[in-house]
Amino acid sequence: MQPLLSQACWDTLYMVGWSTLIAVVVGLPLGVLLVLTDRGGLLQNALANKLIGQLVNVVRSMPFIVLMLALTAFTRWVVGTSIGREAAIVPLAIGAIPFFARLVETSVREVDRGLVEAVQSMGGNTWTVVRKVFVPESLPSLISATTTTIVAIIGYSAMAGTVGAGGLGDVAIRYGYQRFEATLMWIVVAILAVAIAIIQFAGDSAARVLHRRAGKGGEPFRFRLFGGFLPAGPVSAEATPAKTR
Amino acid sequence: MITTQGLTKVYRSRGREVTALDGVDLHVREGEVYGVIGQSGAGKSSLIRCVNLLERPTSGTVTVAGQDLTALAGRGPRAGRELREARSRIGMVFQHFNLLSSRTVQDNIELPLEILGKSGKERSAKALELLDLVGLADKAKSYPAQLSGGQKQRVGIARALAGDPKVLLSDEATSALDPETTRSILQLLRDLNQQLGLTVLLITHEMDVVKTVCDSAALMERGQIVESGTVSELLATPGSELAAALFPVSGDASGTDRTVIDVTFHGESATQPVISQLSRTYNIDISILGAAMDTVGGKQVGRMRIELPGRYEDNVVPIGFLREQGLQVEIQGNQDGQSVLLKEGVTK
Ligand SMILES: Nc1ncnc2c1ncn2[C@@H]1O[C@H](COP(=O)(O)OP(=O)(O)O)[C@@H](O)[C@H]1O
Ligand SMILES: [Mg+2]
Repeated sequence: MQPLLSQACWDTLYMVGWSTLIAVVVGLPLGVLLVLTDRGGLLQNALANKLIGQLVNVVRSMPFIVLMLALTAFTRWVVGTSIGREAAIVPLAIGAIPFFARLVETSVREVDRGLVEAVQSMGGNTWTVVRKVFVPESLPSLISATTTTIVAIIGYSAMAGTVGAGGLGDVAIRYGYQRFEATLMWIVVAILAVAIAIIQFAGDSAARVLHRRAGKGGEPFRFRLFGGFLPAGPVSAEATPAKTR
Repeated sequence: MITTQGLTKVYRSRGREVTALDGVDLHVREGEVYGVIGQSGAGKSSLIRCVNLLERPTSGTVTVAGQDLTALAGRGPRAGRELREARSRIGMVFQHFNLLSSRTVQDNIELPLEILGKSGKERSAKALELLDLVGLADKAKSYPAQLSGGQKQRVGIARALAGDPKVLLSDEATSALDPETTRSILQLLRDLNQQLGLTVLLITHEMDVVKTVCDSAALMERGQIVESGTVSELLATPGSELAAALFPVSGDASGTDRTVIDVTFHGESATQPVISQLSRTYNIDISILGAAMDTVGGKQVGRMRIELPGRYEDNVVPIGFLREQGLQVEIQGNQDGQSVLLKEGVTK
């Protein structure tokens, strides 16, 4: 039972890790582009905005299992096979990209326009604005967005078992559900719950620290999985050491 | 130093057109502090944003330090390299400071230098020097959220000076600050103007700001400059709304058979005992209804509202005497001579 579980954990970590990385690397620029090309944006372009927006919507509206099947041919072209861990990463990443891109778009949109203007008045170009304003100023929200995306990918990855990718979800379904090994299933559930709790906690803490430093006050901190489980003591501005260069 | 010619800006949004600037000719000389005052919606922000082309003028030209910025702008909506370089030589401070909350005070000031591609050593040396200049040497490692409004604006000013600009644009830089902080920020701008020979174009809706720091001023109404000049020129202009608003005097006639006149003193005449001479020469009783005295640009200026017995027709000679003394005299009839500025409370 132990090797089975540790292999499953490893498979899940592998799939989730890679697809998160791809989702962030592709989704971040897409989300930023959605803001830049929007009306009144620095690269205002109605056609490009519409195109990206539609693409994002179409992929987001698709149930993951359908997306996975629809992408079979594409997956085979990319990784050479349509079954296994590597094969599962392709639909996971593609499913998560638009999800993350929309979250990025919302985060970046909240950045004060005055900051963009300030950078422009210093002679900065669009790329400067993206690097020096959009990303660093929305970093707390971007971290939260990443956390949310990871949790969503973990959820999707349970279905990856259907393409023989293994992972915790696959164990739960094959052993727990189909062979009535209830204990195994509960162990898997517990592992997933703890993993998600840790990710959520780490993400929330990081976002909160940055948020406080930026003086935004921030929404009252809540440990989402088990409400009130962890103390949400106030963090004073002084408790955040000034960044040393 | 800054010249605009026929500057026009029309905003078009969803079929609606707003003419924010309507043929503005502005002339700011090198080394002066120039204030543009007007009510909200007059077009002040549009004007200052057109000066560094954050906003594209619909027509007209903008010249800063001899460089025609409108020619650099090109046709596309994005700023080309030449325009961006020109902008880096023009500092700008904002009403809401616009500091990056993710950066320390020092890193905020270094931002323009990063954009200019300066080395890390150069950047931090310059930032620390500027922090010292604005009196915040101990706040280098703080985050903007830990500063007061006045301190934030000092950082904003330090940041605007990082690229060694010759020109500083200020869009309501003190409007979010309390009166005392406003005074200290204005004093800082004045010092910088004098120490660095910085040309400052500031816009405001507060008459006090103009009075405290400006060498010249312009009054904007509905996208047009309706009055402009140095403060002493304005004071010497009969019927100047700006002059009246800078030195508001009030007081009503004590009876129907009286002549009320506003006398403006500036330069030489401010030190002459004109009123007592008038009284003695013509043997008339003069009552003072109101007066205001101040120092503008290092010169004594003042305004006084006085009342002479008898109708205007009876006082033609004494009024002529005052004019001969180099004073500027305005007769306050029963006409609605009150300025728009006073009526609409811009001065408050
Ligand atoms: N981006 C914009 N789009 C449409 N109208 C604008 C825009 N900016 C300013 N305006 C309009 O232009 C006029 C002048 O505005 P502004 O220059 O901000 O005046 P002020 O700074 O004197 O208050 C106002 O009527 C305002 O509504
Ligand atoms: Mg304004």
